[in-house]
Amino acid sequence: MTGDRLIIGGYEFKSRLFVGTGKYKDFAETKKAIEASGADVVTVAVRRVNITDRSKENLLDYLDPKKYTILPNTAGCYNVEDALRYARLARAAGVSDLIKLEVLGDERTLFPDTVGLLEAAKILVKEGFIVLPYTNDDPIVAQKLVDIGCPAVMPLAAPIGSGLGIRNPYNLKIIMEMVKVPIIVDAGVGTASDAALAMELGADAVLMNTAIAGAKDPIAMAEAMKYAVLAGRLAYKAGRIPRKLYATASSPIEGML
Amino acid sequence: MAEAIQIQVNGEQRDCRADATVGDLLRELSIKTERVAVELNLEILDRKEFDLRSLKSGDRVEILSFIGGGS
Repeated sequence: MTGDRLIIGGYEFKSRLFVGTGKYKDFAETKKAIEASGADVVTVAVRRVNITDRSKENLLDYLDPKKYTILPNTAGCYNVEDALRYARLARAAGVSDLIKLEVLGDERTLFPDTVGLLEAAKILVKEGFIVLPYTNDDPIVAQKLVDIGCPAVMPLAAPIGSGLGIRNPYNLKIIMEMVKVPIIVDAGVGTASDAALAMELGADAVLMNTAIAGAKDPIAMAEAMKYAVLAGRLAYKAGRIPRKLYATASSPIEGML
Repeated sequence: MAEAIQIQVNGEQRDCRADATVGDLLRELSIKTERVAVELNLEILDRKEFDLRSLKSGDRVEILSFIGGGS
């Protein structure tokens, strides 16, 4: 599918699977899993450098910046001020203007605080960031994020790390239809069929971390997810048959004995 | 001879040369300047400023980079 590129904020991506880099056993596993996934976009968190143990390796030594687009996130931020601070620090680290904006509302669900999210997104867009907001499956909030200037929105499928898959396909479908920017389903994917379903609903991409890193065999799951996203996308573009209550025979009656 | 001053780096107290710059501190810590962000007393520095900004006693420096994380 060479022509089916994903274009967001001036960036062009071949793979519609975005992956996170957390929760892996070690950097070597992270690198192998990302390679197996075929992802172009890799999310990272912004944290203090370990200054006491300088022998500690750096994740970025394992990720070729020429091969991957690094997407920093504001993980762990529960208010607007923190999210802005981390976003600005991420940009100061000198990679790009891309930011995956998270403003969390609650520690147990890790659901976004949509009020804070809208406020932070507005400010960051004004400062020239390419803001990809992690939001919920509310089409009204999704539209407001677009109106503010976000070039894509990232509605959650289910709570981060929950593996529940797409809890509300109907809301996501409404978002796909109403909102005219790329939709990246983020969070809650558990296995390959969840990713395929997201793409069949019409998502432009899927982002996942735990589904791969937490699998018994992360490298194998990464490969499964690569195919799942491809299959879902092909199926979506192929145009599925409608659902019917009753049967329609596939073979003709004419010519029967 | 420059005396030592006390600064805070990533939340920990640290001794530092009185006329050291942020750039000196990074070199002393063997931290490469690529893909690192530095905040000095809550001000985010442009990396062009690292060798121009001198450290004073009581300064709070935060040095951050990218680590593994999804959400």
